[in-house]
Amino acid sequence: MWIYEKKLEYPVNIKKKDLRMAKYIVTQYGGPDGELGAALRYLNQRYTMPTSKAKGLLTDIGTEELAHVEMICTMVYQLVNDASVEELERAGLGSLYTQHNHGLYPTDAFGVPFTAAFGSVGDPIADLTEDLAAEQKARATYEHLIRLTDDPDLIDPLRFLRQREVVHYQRFGEALNDVQFNMDRKKYY
Amino acid sequence: MINRDALYRNIQELEFACIDLNLYLDTHPDCEKAIYDYNNISMELNKLKKLYEINFGPFSNFGTSQSKCPWQWIEDPWPWERN
Repeated sequence: MWIYEKKLEYPVNIKKKDLRMAKYIVTQYGGPDGELGAALRYLNQRYTMPTSKAKGLLTDIGTEELAHVEMICTMVYQLVNDASVEELERAGLGSLYTQHNHGLYPTDAFGVPFTAAFGSVGDPIADLTEDLAAEQKARATYEHLIRLTDDPDLIDPLRFLRQREVVHYQRFGEALNDVQFNMDRKKYY
Repeated sequence: MINRDALYRNIQELEFACIDLNLYLDTHPDCEKAIYDYNNISMELNKLKKLYEINFGPFSNFGTSQSKCPWQWIEDPWPWERN
């Protein structure tokens, strides 16, 4: 089960409103390479993993990704919260305001709502390989976001999140090696 | 007089160190050094958390710590409002 801790994993303190960046950053909430998808992917895959290292790692990284969802939502919330209707419309967020007011909603940068339709295959090797790719895609997306802004209040948490993707990639590689080694071993009696 | 922000930041840093060690240990369960570090940081983290909670309210609910009256858990600020 999950216990919630009333604390961000890493600080987010945005002083300047920036609706343009909010539109981009939201992709790491509800987009294809975002934190919500990552959390659900890993927490979903853990049930059918053959080794305890993989079960532990997927549970823990999945949980950390939920903490990252919270960071992304905090960034979007702080970037948007006191914008007027006119400001939202001018930034191209009129449709979002219509349907969601100032509320958080998981979409990608184009406004396409979150989907988990392309899920894990349930094969441990395929799943862990998918996870390696997912971490790289997220890392690249964070690099794109960092390049799109000059605001140090934004760059700081984005760089943290990017660095976490690199570490997760490393850990998944180790889990994949372990699973492959284990599955090979079972063939010898 | 305790500096709330400095203590909060310290707790964030120590807990992050534990999270990172946790992930490492998930794939390196035999690393004694990492377990030693994890346990030491965890002890320090919990000490600081107790200090924070006594002064400023709970970090977590569902039974993880006690509350004064009125129920402290729902008090502002929430993490997206300050951190």
